[in-house]
Amino acid sequence: MTYEVVIGIETHVELLTRSKMFCGCPTEFGSEPNTNVCPVCLGLPGALPVPNERAIEWTMSLGLALDCAIAGHSIFHRKNYFYADLPKNYQISQFDLPLCVGGHLDIDAGAGVRRVGITRVHLEEDTGKSTHLGGSGRIHDARGALIDFNRSGIPLMEVVSEPDMHTPEEARAYAQELRAIVLALGVSDARLEEGSFRFDANISLRPVGAATLGSKVEVKNMNSLRSLQRALAFEIDRQTLVLDRGDRIPQETRHWDEAAGRTESGRSKEESSDYRYFAEPDLVPLSVGPEKLALLQAAVPELPAARRARYVVSGLDEAAARTLVVSGLTGLFDEAVIAGADPRLAANWLTGEITAHLNRAGVDQAALPLDGGQLAELVAMIEGGELSATAAKDVLAGVLGGEGSPRTVAEARDLLQITDTGALESAVDEVIAAHPDEVARIRGGEARLVGFLVGRVMKATGGKADPTAVDGMIRERAGA
Amino acid sequence: MDAADLSIAQAGARLRSGDLTAVDLLGAVRRRASMTEAILHAYLTLDHDGAMAAAENADASLARGEDLGPLHGIPLALKDNMVTRGVETTCSSRILAGWVPPYDATVVERLKAAGAVILGKTNLDEFAMGSSTENSAYGPTRNPWNPDRVPGGSSGGSAASVAVGSAFAALGSDTGGSIRQPAALCGVVGMKPTYGLVSRYGLIAFASSLDQIGPITRTVGDAVTVFEAIGGHDPSDATSYRGGFPDPRAELGRGVAGLKIGVVTELSGDGVEPGVTAAFRATLDTLSAEGAEIVELSLPSTAYALSAYYLIAPAECSANLARFDGVRYGLRLPGDSVEQMMSASRRDGFGPEVTRRILLGTYALSAGYYDAFYGQAQKVRTLVIEDFKRAYGTVDVLVTPTTPTTAFRVGEKTADPLSMYLSDIFTIPSNLSGDPAISVPVALDEAGLPVGFQVLAPALGEAVMFRVAEAVERLVGFDARPALADSEGAA
Repeated sequence: MTYEVVIGIETHVELLTRSKMFCGCPTEFGSEPNTNVCPVCLGLPGALPVPNERAIEWTMSLGLALDCAIAGHSIFHRKNYFYADLPKNYQISQFDLPLCVGGHLDIDAGAGVRRVGITRVHLEEDTGKSTHLGGSGRIHDARGALIDFNRSGIPLMEVVSEPDMHTPEEARAYAQELRAIVLALGVSDARLEEGSFRFDANISLRPVGAATLGSKVEVKNMNSLRSLQRALAFEIDRQTLVLDRGDRIPQETRHWDEAAGRTESGRSKEESSDYRYFAEPDLVPLSVGPEKLALLQAAVPELPAARRARYVVSGLDEAAARTLVVSGLTGLFDEAVIAGADPRLAANWLTGEITAHLNRAGVDQAALPLDGGQLAELVAMIEGGELSATAAKDVLAGVLGGEGSPRTVAEARDLLQITDTGALESAVDEVIAAHPDEVARIRGGEARLVGFLVGRVMKATGGKADPTAVDGMIRERAGA
Repeated sequence: MDAADLSIAQAGARLRSGDLTAVDLLGAVRRRASMTEAILHAYLTLDHDGAMAAAENADASLARGEDLGPLHGIPLALKDNMVTRGVETTCSSRILAGWVPPYDATVVERLKAAGAVILGKTNLDEFAMGSSTENSAYGPTRNPWNPDRVPGGSSGGSAASVAVGSAFAALGSDTGGSIRQPAALCGVVGMKPTYGLVSRYGLIAFASSLDQIGPITRTVGDAVTVFEAIGGHDPSDATSYRGGFPDPRAELGRGVAGLKIGVVTELSGDGVEPGVTAAFRATLDTLSAEGAEIVELSLPSTAYALSAYYLIAPAECSANLARFDGVRYGLRLPGDSVEQMMSASRRDGFGPEVTRRILLGTYALSAGYYDAFYGQAQKVRTLVIEDFKRAYGTVDVLVTPTTPTTAFRVGEKTADPLSMYLSDIFTIPSNLSGDPAISVPVALDEAGLPVGFQVLAPALGEAVMFRVAEAVERLVGFDARPALADSEGAA
């Protein structure tokens, strides 16, 4: 039988605020365990939460970017459940009055633009992090656990999509586009591997044309866009087999095992939980007036979709525009183009060499010692024939190494190509004069000897000649 | 007069005249404590070293001419549900036995900054749940007027210590009457401020939307002094009031002539002992004779206040007490899994009344029951607030007996939680509305037990509340003292 696949995604995004959601502790990643803690985020008796205003604003900003309605009146709720890494044994979250409701996100998974509904965006606090000791590292066969509360209380946005996606590719495109928006807003570093951008997917299958949805399976533990796509593809195959056999799909939570390439059933106990939500009495309702909202709306930066459209207009193709926007180097790109750089060349260098350098060096984009003017200069020198592709890479390395502007580096490293036609012509003439036999054989049809002569010219000029130009000149003179 | 029997105002005057030192005051209350504690058990912890150091400090700074104000050098006690850095804080529960907090509650910081000498921590019903201080894992507190009687609760240790003179004043917390009811039963003044005027940061929560810290003192003037020291906006408490702090002295001493005083039909009739009614009516007559207009009015929703309270408070407590799980602090019993460890620790750590309320609250919030219980209770709460607002459109303050009975016998109500709950029937409505209220002692009944008179005022109406309370105190002239305070040499 053929089935319609229905996918919805819940995404948790850790906010990059300096302090935690309800206390002043720092949010930095990678500190010694249990050092960024205080009575509030440890849930000590008597401690009280005070909300982080910036986190609330940033959540509203994401809501605005997703075309949500921002609630004029919103409250926090307590979500009650016992878990060792949840210090109060309730999580301060939002329930029926979230900050943002009813938006949408347009995605393109290769089959044209599709609109995915956004149910809600709300704000909550993160939990601590448990490390299970012994056994497989999962809780059921552990012999003990260590808890790090540094993460406890870090602001967490939850973005819930409507079940509007139908393929793993769409799910991936959705997660990718949402991440790009979060990055454009600058509200999170959205690092999947560090867990600051995590998603769970709900997936069900139903016979094509059926009115009701099939039973929902929640898939967790997908740590990359690729594993999201793989896990959903696996689930579609698995559920299809079960349904084709005539069996039922139980509603459950399944964990993606990246190494095994399969999902495994979690404990179904989670399905029966009653969180006993009630309004958090330690906090007062949040209200946002039209003036504040207008300020936040005005501060929403250009979003990835609009940016890509603008880049396509400026000459990039769709794929290049997408790669550039995903790279996060658009600020540098815009500066370089304003400074006169050819957009396609600038984009190539940014998404190629410069991204490679960032990955190699493991440094942050903000720490990149390159400005748009320098990039424009580099691109102009390549365009003008002053730098060969190889020389340009050396120049870039010098610039990134802090040796100065591209021209300074090119001069200091003696990498400029000879663009003076007179000088180049005399070098070519000398080589031709010195190799009469080879010239005769070229005229006789041995075109491969052109390369030999180009090599002699390059050697004579210390590698600074433009090999393409030299090649042309030799062919012309030798009459090849 | 023994120094331990002075009011804060009197002790402060003697300190500044050089007649007494802070160390003398500390010595006086300690002597009183050593005479009475074996009978009363008002204290769980006496911080001898900390208090002596603070008293010596207070004397030294006063000698240097640094005067930190009216609480400078005054020995005060704290209910043991307010966290104190370096001093064990138990909430009278086994689950927190031995827990030494790493921080001070905001009220503690403020008292220290005002130069007060913190004596120690007083007994309470476990997690402030109770009306007799019998629900303490460390044994009950007795009533200084008659040790066969309860001191009320949950701030029974604080009220008893102030009544007997083992503290000049104490802080209590009031969720449904836990300051005013024991103050009434011990013959002292107890005040619950407007919700939000005193920071809850560092108060171990029972029911967050109802809890409020306030003073227990021997005079209305002292209550004003302590309230001023601990009150005011605190950025660490998101529910702390952000507007200005209303001057509680603004109307003090003006008397009651011309004021309209409301008597609530639902909060003065059924179940009230004759001795209490007599004292209440006599006080009304006194106020009327002074020119106050006494108006009888009805607040129909208050009849449901007790029921609503016993859904809202347990619901909040079920979440507030979830953090006591043996993972990070307090009692931890072994178990084969985290869940078993948590269950065992909680089962052993909490007493029966706390367990009852956690179960009640968990039930009231459960899927399928929420609307019928918690949701309905919140609607009643809204009606109570509206009823009070309407009343304050026609009267300046409302008055009631603080409690329907005087101090009951130890053990009398422990087997019947409902009869115990009824002890707070007149105090609970102002917790639901968030309004201020104060209990002032006005008489002794036939058994020689004190009767309290309660003054209720609209939110932020502390000035008129204190004005009426001070007039009651002055006009009635209640000056009886518990026999135990005079047992010098007898103990």
